[in-house]
Formats: sequence, C-alpha cells, structure tokens
Amino acid sequence: MQSLWLSLKLASFVAAILLAVATPLAYWLAFTRTRAKFLFESVVALPLVLPPTVLGFYLLVTLGSRGVLGKLWLALFGHTLAFTFEGLVIASCVYSAPFAVQPLINSFESIDKKLLAASAVLGASRWRTFWRVIAPLALPGFITAAVLSFAHTLGEFGVVLMVGGDLPGITQTASIEIYDRVQSLQYAAANHLALVLLVIAFVVLSAVYAMNRKALSPWTAR
Amino acid sequence: MNPASLSIALRLDRRPRGPAHFSLDATFYVPPGFTILFGPSGAGKSTLLDCIAGLLRPREGQITLGADTLFDSARGVNLPPQVRRVAYLFQSPALFPHLTVEENISYGISQLPLTARRERVSEILARFRVASLNRRKPHEISGGEQQRVALARSLVTIPRALLLDEPLTGLEAGLKAAILEDLRAWNAAQKIPILYVTHNRDEVDALGERVVAIEEGRILSTGIPREILDAPRRQRLAQAAGFENFLAGVVKDLRESDGVMRVQLAGSSAEIEVPLGYASPGDQVRIAVRAGDILLATEPPQSLSARNILEGILTSIEERGATIVCRVLAGVPFVVHVTRGALRSLELAPGQRVWLILKTHSCHLVES
Repeated sequence: MQSLWLSLKLASFVAAILLAVATPLAYWLAFTRTRAKFLFESVVALPLVLPPTVLGFYLLVTLGSRGVLGKLWLALFGHTLAFTFEGLVIASCVYSAPFAVQPLINSFESIDKKLLAASAVLGASRWRTFWRVIAPLALPGFITAAVLSFAHTLGEFGVVLMVGGDLPGITQTASIEIYDRVQSLQYAAANHLALVLLVIAFVVLSAVYAMNRKALSPWTAR
Repeated sequence: MNPASLSIALRLDRRPRGPAHFSLDATFYVPPGFTILFGPSGAGKSTLLDCIAGLLRPREGQITLGADTLFDSARGVNLPPQVRRVAYLFQSPALFPHLTVEENISYGISQLPLTARRERVSEILARFRVASLNRRKPHEISGGEQQRVALARSLVTIPRALLLDEPLTGLEAGLKAAILEDLRAWNAAQKIPILYVTHNRDEVDALGERVVAIEEGRILSTGIPREILDAPRRQRLAQAAGFENFLAGVVKDLRESDGVMRVQLAGSSAEIEVPLGYASPGDQVRIAVRAGDILLATEPPQSLSARNILEGILTSIEERGATIVCRVLAGVPFVVHVTRGALRSLELAPGQRVWLILKTHSCHLVES
C-alpha cells in the first residue's frame, strides 16, 4: 500500500507541475508562427516513442552528480536528484509531458481565432484574453491534460526504475512493487496491486472519453 | 471633441499560400459617417481592415485617427489593437460562447466601476433592441440577434472608429436594413468614421454616402456612389453594381423643395423625376436604373406613390434562371426583371401594352 500512495503522490505532483509548465509551452506552440515549430513539437513528443530506458538513461545522467540538474540540486540542497522522490518527479514530468502538452495545444488551436481578435480589439491584454476567453474555452483540454498525465505517470515503469531505483517508501512505486512481487513469486499480492492500478486507469480513461464525447464544453451549441 | 477622421496610407506584401503574390497599396481617407469599401472578394478589403485594427502590420505607411498616429513605419509606431480604440466587426459575430449577452457586452469596459458599466450596458442593449436577451448565451439567440449583440459589444466601448467586414452577410434584407438603421441612429450622435466593407452591390447605394472602390489591392476611386459607378473606366464596377438601364436625358427643372428634378428622356417625350443631383436645367445627364427596381403593370396604374409611370410595349421575354428578363420599348428601351410568378399571373406576352413604374429613388444620377 505504501507504494500505491507513493504512486498517487507522484502522479498528483506531476499532473500539477505539468499543468503549470505545459500551459505556457502549449500556448506558445499553438500560436507561434515560427517555422521551427515542428522541431519543438517533435522534442515534446519524443517521450512517446523513445524506449523508457533511453529516456531514463539520459535523465539519470542529467540528474546525477555530474549532470547539469544534479549539480545544481547538489549546490542548493546538498544531494543529487538520482534515486530521490524529487528526481522521480522531474523525470516523470519529462516522460508525461506529451500527455499534457498535446491536449492543450489541440484545445488552444480549436478556439476560433476571431474570438481572440475580438478580445484584442475590445482592449483586452493577452493575459486577460487568456483568462477570460482561452482558459474557459479550453477547459476540456486542461482536464484531459491533467487526467492523462496523472494516469500516465501512475503507469510508468522503465523511467522510474532507471532514475529512482527501487527504494521502498522513497522511489518504489506501485508498478515497480508489482514487478518485485512477481519476481519473488508473490502472485496474490501482485494481483491486488495490479487490479487497483487497472481499475484506476479504467476509471480515469472512461472519464476522459466520456467527457470528450460530451465535449464538456457547456458553452457550445450541441 | 471634434469628430476625428481616419486616414490610411499603407503598403503590404503577402504571400498567403502558393506562389500567388498579393500586394496591397492603398491610400484613402475616411471622414466621420459611413464610407463603403467596395470591391470583389480577394480585393484586399479584409486585409486592409486588419491593418487598420492593428491585427496585421503593413510593410510601410501611415495610419492616423484624428491627431493620433496608429501606425507609422517611418517613426516605428505600431500601436497594438488594444489601445487603438478602433472597433471591428467581423463577418461572424465572434461572440464569446461561454459568456452571456450581458457579459459579452461588458467585456470591453471592464475597467469601469460596476454601476457605470451596468448603466452603459443597459443603455446600449436598449439601443440595439436586445435588452430582453441579456441573460442568454450566444447559441441561444438568432443570427441577427447575435450580430446586434456584437455591434453593441463594439460600440459600448465608445470607439473612435468602426470597421465592419460584411457583418450582415447572410441576414435577411429587412433585418439587415433595421440593424443598419440602428447603427445610423447611433452614429448620428457619435459621428465617428465607419468603414463598411461589402461586395454586395445593393448595399453600396443603400448606405453609401461615400464609396472607396478597391480591386486587387489598389484603390480604384473614391467618391460618392454615383461618381464611382459612373465613369467609363469604372464600367466594370457600374455593371457589377447591377445597373442594367442607362437612360440619357436633359434636366428640365429642379424642384429643390421636393428634393427632386425632372429629366426629359432623350429620344422620347417621357419625363421622369429623379433625386436632386449636381445638375442644372439644360444639363445632359445619365440615369441608371436597376432592372429589378422597375415595376411592370398591364393596366394603367393609379393611386401610386411612384412618380414615374411610362407606357410602352413589351418586345421580348427571356428566361434567365429564376429571373425573367423583359424588354420594353417605352420611347427608349428598358430592361425589366420580373419573377416567374409575376410572368404567370400577369400573363405577359410579347407585343403587349405595359406600364413601367420607377420610384424616384430608384433612379440614380450617374453623370451630369
């Protein structure tokens, strides 16, 4: 159960951080006119296609005592990021980023550009336009982004193992505990945990699909 | 504050997609009141409005509104749309779908204190006859109501100029006229320059105090509608404007108190009454009348407000889609459009004696 709590805690942190980080990134990608846009989109989507071991390996290097982030963290907090919960959060943010960024880009892009022009002409700053027009109209995108990055983080395995190791109470998430249980032939315990993850994943995905079908936008005409 | 005029001089190159190169090179002036920006689609009308509103940056030029410079490439001035105080209405109402009518309208005046805001909103709601809709969402009201709300939302900010990009396209004619009448009434007090884009020929002289004709990014001419639609080199525009009948004549007398003058048609004894124009008795003039503006009767009409009734002979009937083209010789040849239904119920046939009825205000003086 400890590992399940850790997984839920990790997933909540990641979903919250990604919402904050992915929103400006998705905003920029949705509205930029730069020709290099495709490059940035590819970078964001990389975690989708890379083997978790590859991603985990580079993250481990970056977060370790010789890596950029690792050194910085060492200077600030006296320890590196590898094999810590904080390191796990950062790695998971990278790993789940496409699941937050892409729904946000989609929902930003689907907003009628005339509404943004109308808002500007009516004197609203970009900031105000974001909060009064874009954010409410992109609400389904925000919910999808939060739910998917939560669910995806809950289910990750390879990256967690590479970056976090398998330290009970610190970096041992539910998916890793299942692996451990199976390795030591504790099938019943593995099954309990696996079932819980299965149910959570199913409920979360059903919620997202149900919402997208209804297009949880109470404001558009059906 | 004196009413400010809008003056525009700008150049812009665009390569929207593909190799087609579009360039805009326009210099013109919009005084307070209605000015029609008239031209075929693709002429650059919307691009021009985007530049004036600040949504698009021209390559070079100057845009000024009264004493304020909105854009000046030489001085590096390019005010963002937020501070230009130029209202802009698009073809679609672009109402915020998640806000109520009232919230939409107060969107642009959020800086005002609540009571002042409420007052302004209810005033403009009443003026544009949408007061009963204030709690509704945009998708719950009709297209015409949406455009009224969009207009109210723009005007409640007390803009210094108004740009309208075919805002009433797709609305039924009566509705359109009613909305324009409300806009006219509003501007009678405000007196701001209103630039109204259309490629609808009927709107040109329905609204036109002034017309700016644009084609392929170039300003063809500027003036009052009849001037624009007259000169031979504007033949295309004039024809596009739907004038099938051009009548030559001589001005007999001016009746200034009635706002009309009588014109003796050349090659005929017939006289018609037309709105007073820049002409004096004895002047040669040309009058343009749309074939669709002429009524046809098979008996001498009586008790009509129309002042011009000409007797003639129906010479030919030709079907052109839903329109029936009748040619009538009434001293001079006329083209008259009637509907299929009218053709049937009047039992029209070539050789028949008919009467043509021309409303005074359907006769446009195009040359004097």
